[in-house]
Parts: sequence; C-alpha cells; structure tokens
Amino acid sequence: MMKGLKKWRLFSLLAVMTVFLSACGEEYISTLRPAGAVGKEQFNLLLFSITIMALVVVVVSVLYIYAFFKFRRSRQGEDYMPKQVEGSHTLEVIWTVIPIVLLLILAVPTLISTYKLGDVAAMEHVDEDGNKTALTVDVTAKLYWWEFAYPDLGIVTAQELVVPTGEKVYFNLKAADVKHSFWIPSVGGKMDTNVENINKFYLVFDEESEGLKDGVFYGKCAELCGPSHALMDFKVKTLAPEAFDAWVASMQATEGQIASKDSTDLGEATFAASCLGCHAVSSVTGMPAGAAMGPNLTTFGDRSHIAGFLEFNKENLVSWIKDPEEYKPGNLMTGAYKVGNNNPDELSDEEISALADYIMSLSVEK
Amino acid sequence: MSSVAIGNKKGFGATLWDYLTTVDHKKLGNMYFFAGLLFFAIAGFEALLMRIQLMVPNNDFVSAGLFNELLTMHGTTMLFLAATPLLFGFMNWIVPLQIGARDVAFPFLNSLGFWLFFLGAVFLHLSFFMGGAPDAGWTSYASLSLYSPGHGIDFYVLGLQISGAGTLISGINFVVTIITMRAPGMTFMRMPLFTWTTLIVGALITFAFPPLTVALFFMLVDRMFGANFFDHTMGGNTIIYEHLFWIFGHPEVYILILPAFGLFSEIIPVFARKRLFGYSSMVFATILIGFLGFMVWAHHMFATGLGPTANAIFAVATMAIAVPTGMKVFNWILTIWGGSIKVTVPMIYALGFIPSFVAGGVTGVMQAVAPLDYQLHDSYFIVAHFHYVIVGGVVLGIFGATHFYWPIMTNRVLNEKLGFLTFWTFFIGFHLTFFIQHFLGLMGMPRRVFTYQGDQGWDLFNFISSIGALLMGLGVIFLVVNMLLSIKSKPLNTSDYWGDGRSLEWALKTPVPFYNFKQTPLIRGYDPYWIEKHEGNKEGMTYAEPVGDIHMPNGSILPLIMSIGMFIAAFGSLYHPDGVSWSVPVIILGIGITVACMIIRSFKDDLGFTVTKEEIIATEESLYGKGGNK
Amino acid sequence: MDINTKYTPKTWPDHAEQVTLEGKNKFVGIWIFICSDIVLFASVFATYLALKDSGPSGMDITAKELFGLELAFVMTMLLLTSSLTSVYAMYHMKNFNSKGVLIWMGITVLLGLGFLGLEIYEFYEYTVHEGFGFTHSAFSSAFYLLVGTHGLHVIIGLIWITGLIIRNAKRGLNLYNAPKFFAASIYWHFIDVVWVFIFTVVYLMGVLG
Repeated sequence: MMKGLKKWRLFSLLAVMTVFLSACGEEYISTLRPAGAVGKEQFNLLLFSITIMALVVVVVSVLYIYAFFKFRRSRQGEDYMPKQVEGSHTLEVIWTVIPIVLLLILAVPTLISTYKLGDVAAMEHVDEDGNKTALTVDVTAKLYWWEFAYPDLGIVTAQELVVPTGEKVYFNLKAADVKHSFWIPSVGGKMDTNVENINKFYLVFDEESEGLKDGVFYGKCAELCGPSHALMDFKVKTLAPEAFDAWVASMQATEGQIASKDSTDLGEATFAASCLGCHAVSSVTGMPAGAAMGPNLTTFGDRSHIAGFLEFNKENLVSWIKDPEEYKPGNLMTGAYKVGNNNPDELSDEEISALADYIMSLSVEK
Repeated sequence: MSSVAIGNKKGFGATLWDYLTTVDHKKLGNMYFFAGLLFFAIAGFEALLMRIQLMVPNNDFVSAGLFNELLTMHGTTMLFLAATPLLFGFMNWIVPLQIGARDVAFPFLNSLGFWLFFLGAVFLHLSFFMGGAPDAGWTSYASLSLYSPGHGIDFYVLGLQISGAGTLISGINFVVTIITMRAPGMTFMRMPLFTWTTLIVGALITFAFPPLTVALFFMLVDRMFGANFFDHTMGGNTIIYEHLFWIFGHPEVYILILPAFGLFSEIIPVFARKRLFGYSSMVFATILIGFLGFMVWAHHMFATGLGPTANAIFAVATMAIAVPTGMKVFNWILTIWGGSIKVTVPMIYALGFIPSFVAGGVTGVMQAVAPLDYQLHDSYFIVAHFHYVIVGGVVLGIFGATHFYWPIMTNRVLNEKLGFLTFWTFFIGFHLTFFIQHFLGLMGMPRRVFTYQGDQGWDLFNFISSIGALLMGLGVIFLVVNMLLSIKSKPLNTSDYWGDGRSLEWALKTPVPFYNFKQTPLIRGYDPYWIEKHEGNKEGMTYAEPVGDIHMPNGSILPLIMSIGMFIAAFGSLYHPDGVSWSVPVIILGIGITVACMIIRSFKDDLGFTVTKEEIIATEESLYGKGGNK
Repeated sequence: MDINTKYTPKTWPDHAEQVTLEGKNKFVGIWIFICSDIVLFASVFATYLALKDSGPSGMDITAKELFGLELAFVMTMLLLTSSLTSVYAMYHMKNFNSKGVLIWMGITVLLGLGFLGLEIYEFYEYTVHEGFGFTHSAFSSAFYLLVGTHGLHVIIGLIWITGLIIRNAKRGLNLYNAPKFFAASIYWHFIDVVWVFIFTVVYLMGVLG
C-alpha cells in the first residue's frame, strides 16, 4: 500500500512536470516539445534527471528549512550554548553513498544514450547496387549562412534544409571559416561544425513541418561566430518520404539552369551580371561541398524567410540587397557589388526591384 | 615602512607612496579588494547594458559588434579581474591571520602579483579606448579569435597573460605560506576551512594556469608573430585551444568556488554558535573537488565531437564531483542543526547561498548527462547554470564575507539594515534574472545572441530576466553606499566583533597592527580562539613566545616598475602585426626594465627590518591606549 | 636573519638552505614553481605531439628527415654534465667550501652556454638552410616553441646563476645566499630533466618516425 502510494506520487510529479515543461515554448523551436526521436530521447533524459534532482532538492530543502526554523536563536535563547559536535561517521557515509547510488542510476541511461546517439556506422551502409542506404546531408556553416548538400543525390541547397520524415538522416558537419554549431532545438541536440574536421551525427524528423507557424522548424547557430551570430538562423522543412522524393527530383531537374546576361528580363540579366559569381541558381552545381561563395538560390522562392530570419516579402529582400550590412553585420556579401543610381556599375533601384522579383520567382515547388 | 609613522596622520603623497611600495599582506589585501570591486562594477555595468539590449526583441540599444565586446569583457572581467582579486583580497587579509603568520612567504612577490594583475587588467580595459575590445567571448575560441579583426583579441591575450602571471605568482605564494608559516601547534588538521580552501586553490592555480598561459601564448604568436598553431590551412588545430583552455577553465571554476565554500564554512559556525560539522570530511571533500576538477574539462566540449567514448568518460567523471560537493552541503546543514542560529547579514548570505548553490549544482549534474547536454550546451540553460553557481556561490560568498570581515579589515562595521536591504534586493534580483533563463534555454534560445526575433516564445521571460538584472544592480549600489557610509562611522577598536569568533583572526584587536600578533600564538586545537575563550583566557590567546623583536620585510617599488615593464612590452607586441618599426624595440625596452629590476633585486640584499620590543609596545599603546592589545 | 654571522665548516649547518624561514620558503617555493612549470611543459609537449609533421597540404618536411641525433646527443651530454657539475657545487656548499661552489657553478654556466650555442646553431641551420622557419607550418611553430621554451628556461637559468656567482664572488657562503644557490641548482636540474624529455620525444621519436 505504502509502496504503491509512493509510486503514484512519483508518477504524478512526473506528469505535472511534463505538462508544465511542455507548455513552455513554441512547437517549432522548443526542446520541450520534441518532434523527433533524438529530441524525444533527450527530453526523456531531461525529465529523468530533473526527477532525480528534484528529489535531491526536496530532501536538502526540507532538512535546511527545518533546521533553520527549529534552531533559531530566538527560539533557543540568547545564551544557549549548543553542543559542539565534531561530526558523524554514519551520516557522512549515508550522504556519500546515497548520491553515488543516485548518480549511478543516472549514469546508466546517460551512457546508453551517448553511445546510441554517437553511432553513425549506418552512414556507410550500402545496398546491393552500392548505393548508400541512409540519407546523408553535408552541412557547411559559413559566415552567416548554411549550405546543405546531398552528396548521394547530387543536389545542394542553402538556408532551408529539406529532409524526409521517419528515417535517420545523417549529417556531415563542417565550418568553412570559423567554428559554428548546428542546432535544431525541437528535433535534437546540437553538434559543432569545426574548421579542421568533419563531425558526424544523426537526427530523426518525426513530424511534418507543414502545420507549423511558418511551415518550418527553426534552426540556430549555437556557437559565437561573430557579430551576426544571433542572426545565423536556418529553417528545416520536413516532408513525407514521397514528397521528399518529389522534391529531390525537381531539384535534380534544375541541372543546367542558369541566369543569362542577355535575358530580356531585367532581373535575370542583372543577376547574371552581378550575383551569379557567388550565387548559383541550379541545385546541381557539381562543386564540392562548401565550395560555394554564397547561398544557392535555386529554391529561394520556396523559402519562408529572407537571410534566414527576415520576413519573406519583396520589401525586405530589396532592403537586404541594398544594404546587407544593416541586417547582418560582418557578412561577406557586403561590398561584393555596388548600389546606387549614378554609375552604370552600380545597382539602381529599378534593377534591384527587378532582381528581387527574379530571385523570388526561383522555385522548385511552385 | 617605518614603525615610527604608525599612528601619525600621513600626507596624501606619503600614503600613496606607502601603497605603491607596500608588501604588507593587509594593504595588498585592501588593494586586491578595491581593485576587484572596481572591475566588478565595470563588468556588472556591462551586464546591465546587455540585459537592457535583450529586454525586448529586435532591440537596437547596442550594436551587434558592441554586444559581443560587452559579453566578452563581462565574462573575462568577472572571472579574472573581479571574482579572483576579491577572493585574493580576503585570502591576503585573512589567511596569514588565521595561521598566525607575520606576513606571506614572499611579500615582494605578493606585491608583484598584485601589480601584474592590476596592470594586466588596466591593459585589457584600454582596449575600449584603443580600437575596440575583444569580441570572441571569454573563451575566445581559436577560429573566431584568429578571424577577429582589429586589436581586441590582442588586448585580451596580452592583458590576461600579464594578469595571469600575477595570479600564478600569488597562488604559489599562498601555498608556500600555508605550508611553512603556520604558528606552532597549527597542524594541517587544525587549519580553518578558509585556509584549507586557499591552500587547495593555490595548488589549483599552480597546475591550472600554465595551460592557459600556453594557450594564450600560442594565440599571441599566431596573431602577432605569424605562427600557425590554430590555422588549419597551415596544419594547425583549433581543438587544441579548446582543450588547453578548458584544462585551465574548469579548475578555474573551482578556484573561484572553493574559497567561497571556505568563507561560508567560517561564517556558518560563528552564527550557528556551533563547531563546523564534519571538519575532516569537509577537508577531504575540498581536496577531492580540487583533484576531480582536473579530470572533467571535456564536459565543456560534449558538442565539439570528441566521440561517444570521450563523452561517456567525462560525463561520469563530472557526475562524480557532485558527491564531495553534496557532502559539503549536508555538512553545512548539519552545522546549523542543533545550533543557535543568529540571522545577521553575513549569515543571511550563507543561508541564501545553500539553496541557490544546490540549484546551480543540480543543473550542473543535468549537464553532465552528455546526450542531454547536446540540447543544453551553449543555450541559455548553461548561462543560468553557471550564474547560479558563480553568483549564487561566489558572489554571495564575497558579499557575505565583506560584511563578515569588514570589522577586521576596516575597523568599522557595515550598517545592518542596509545590509539586509542589499541582500534581499540582490537575492531576489538574482533569482528573477537567472531562474527563468533555464527555461529560455530549454525553449531553444542560444546564448551570446545580441538580439532575437519576437514571437519565438522568449519575449516575456527575457523581459523578466532584465528586470531582475536591474534589481541586482540596485543591490550592488546599496552595498557600495553602505561601504562609503561605514568610512564615516565610529572606529570599533575591539576584537571578536561578532561575539562568537572561533578562529585566530578574531583574537586580534582591530585595527590590526602591521606585524599582526605581537607574540606568535600557540595553537592548542581546532578553533583555537574559541578554545581559549571558553577556558576563560583573558589574554585572548596563549602565546608561544615572549614579547620580543619582530623581523619584518621591507617595502619596495620594484614590483610596480617590473609590472610597468611588462605593460610596456605588451604594447610593443600589440602593434607588431601592424608592421610598425618601433614594436620590437619597445618589447625589448619593456622586458629590459623588468629584467633590470630583477637584477637590482638580487644584487641588493633585502634583509628586512627589525621592530624592537619598545617600538611594539609604543605601537600598541598608540593604537589601543595604555595596556595595548589585551 | 643575521647575514654577518661567520661560520666555519664545523658550525655550518647540515641543511644550510633550509635553516632560516626564508630559506625554507625558497625551497618549498621553487618546488611548487617547478610543479607549475611541469604542467606548462606538458601542455607544450602535448601540442607538439598533436601538430608533429602537420602543415599545409603538400608540406614535404617531416621530423624523420629533419632531425638528426648527433647534435642533439652532444647537447644532451653537455646539459647532463652541467647538471652533474651543479651537484658538485651543492656538495661543496654542504662542506662550506665557497670557492668550490663558485668554480663548479661557473663550469655549469659554461656548459650551459655551450648547449645554448649549439641550440642557436641548430635553429639557424633549420631556418636558413632547410627553409624550416617559425612560420613555415604548424609543425615548425610547435617545434620552435617547445624547444625554444626550454631554451628560454636555460637563458633564465644562466642569467640567474651568473648573477649569483658575481654577487657572491667575494663574500663567501652564509645563510642568506645558500638557499639562493640551492634553489638555482634545483631549477637547473629541472631544466635538464625537461631536456631529456625533449631529446626523447622530439629527436629520438622523430628520427624513429
């Protein structure tokens, strides 16, 4: 009976905590509302460790508060001389052993999860035809944007990661300039992108992002990387496997797509003259991962944000092109071209407006 | 220093000269304390600017670049230039008194340590006026700090190198002092806990600062002299920097928190009127924490990609630290258990510390769970965690000890009402600021962001957090006002101000004469002063020697000049990458000044001076009137 | 502490370096400092091992080709011998033989200078003739910093001991300068031990691949 009661208490505590914690935060960014197996495992560890820690806090607090109220001098009398106790061997043993036991209990799932989440052996698995069985994404972090290449599919995109739901997606993480860290809070923990080596890990995306506020999960850079660290956001679109395959096919179909200088469309011609050096408009570039100077714009029209964090509309795009430094200080696009209405080598207002229309029209989904 | 001058009012110039040349541990303690307080105020102000910026989403109160400078300088200043010197102030003041010594083992080096620290700190802060402060975080990870333009990082590297050398010198000094200069009968297992933690901290500094020196030196030659330690295109490796930094950085956390533990272990028994519970296990726990502190550095690097085995090992090792820390907490609680608790200002800091620190401790264990840390790392959760430990532990410790030791240090007392007001303002502000940040982190907010977009669920909590920060700022202002008011108050001229003092420092009558005890006391057990008091000894202490001549060290201006030499050399080094012709000569000049001082020092015998018995009696009478220190 | 007390070999205490509190402080202090320095060298060694042979892609200089054992062996012998001569100096200090202390310390300095000369020659060879300068690669930076840090310690040691010899050339041993000689000699042994590690890790392991 007593035992059952205690269990019931523990569970109710757990339940209350779950409700409390999951009420916190937005679905597309909060680690408390995990939308993937990795994030769920980490969330469960959070609950488990909080439970143990809450136990510790409660025990300490009860002892402390009791001692404080019971042994006030106002109750003991001004002249009361307490017994000068040296210590207690038994007590020392108790409060050494009990924490050790608690920590051992905590250590078991820690170790299991550490190895489980660190297991990327399946990245190299191939089927009979020699094709990789798992989807791998090469992530390259740059000041202050993200490139996502799919080496086995031959396509590349930027700023918005597109992944299928329901399977382990493996990531090769690398930084091109300074150290960054790749984090999608609601899907799973982060891993750093180092400059000298490739880090590997996997995430699982269980929910389609369709119904979310912007239709995407939010991704963040979690390592200080310069003035615009706070703005180095990316977005994650999760699609059902069939939809993902369709997306891949339409991406692959952009092979050879290019902006022409001779185009009658002012936007395209301007793009070809001023932007194409850094920004590709085809998803099949043939370049090695991380080699691109600027984000690949093939899917720009499908994105939910401009520059990773600005609301997606023409006005913002025009302002961004006019003065990227204003929005992302320290970015490498500033100064790559000139803006003004006087010289022919400067981008005029008219050209920028056309340019914005052109870039926003780049899409594989529409 | 001449004993004749004692008791006479000195002119400003003489006082200044006295402080510039002093090797007296008490004066250096004051200098450490007030320099630390100054930098604490600066760094606190930087924190307020940051919290104002983050009060509302998309704020433009400070720019992105300036915000990064603020966050870097806030962290660097708080850890190296505020918390460390404030604690060093107490160590300098109290440890020699607690062990019954006349001064520290190397008074000259003590002064050198202070001046190196201070000029290094000044050098670092000059960056604000000379082209921009460092902006790569207090960790200054290699890839970003190599990339960072301007001289900010150079100021960081050189300033910390100089002040770090000062800290290392002081650390070694404390270790030697405690090993060799204890009064007769003061065995290791009779030393007060604060002396114990100082000893362990000295050892930690001895072992932890060299890796920082090395990491900073690599960064220095990489940035200023074309070396390639961290340039991966030239075969360098930035992960080495992370390792070296955290091999230093984790023990640094214990370098700060252990003295705070020691201070609380002094405060709690006094106001519980009860012997510290489990003294020997407290000592053992201190040693164990210090030892384990070196085994866990890679838990700062769980997300760096060291592989599951490294992460697993460091996860378990980190959890192990919770055990000795828990022992300490239980021992404190058992100390007040059955005692007679008087809630004074120092005691309320101690009482506030226990739950705050436990909260910081348990979130620490949560982050030891490596897979969970993948989520918590570099989010606001970690910001909340380490502020709970540093503010809830170290800062509360420093504030509590300030009230506790103020009578010894200044012969004045801080106002109690204002003290309580300070505590509650600061304490409520602290929890308001940081408790909520745990949730911000869990809700996906990364740390070190200069702004954030609205509607990500973070707006309200950030606002609340900023309000809390303002309250903390108000609390600090109250404390400073209290200090200023106390200067005007009446001198105490008493010993054992709190009435229940237990360790040796309370046996001394304030103001403490420059030679401390006129006779070296004989230590007859743990809590020596308590023993003597309760055996009805009217003398204060039993003494190990009759009143006789005292040998004291000479003051010297050389430490200051040596430090200025390093300061000059740092400027030469700073401008070396700019290709100016004078950089190398300036480096040579600066180092030359320092070396010349060392040569002068070793060629001029420094035998100290002797205070005769008559001078001692005269000094005592001028301080306490007829009869002297009885 | 009375510097003017005159001692004879009979009255000279057994552990003159630790008789006074100042001497004892110096003795403990130098050991703690050496503990600290060990960690310093350990950090630099670890970095060297991590960056050994690593440089920009296509770098053709490796430790195996670069390092030879002959010069390093001579340097090792010089430094080991200098350690031995400083032991002789301490032996004479125990016997209150001031002249012996000065002479053997002087020989120590000469051997140390010989070592330093060879090290400078070696650096010169690598930099000028092999094209292996400080900024050549991560490997070169790590090599020069490791060996150079040791070299800097040697220079400091030489200045220190030379200063002690000059300062105390005329006045003989007393309880004030005995701890100074003793501390300098402990420091010098430490430098020697570090070099043994450098010889093993850099040169021997370098040549063996």
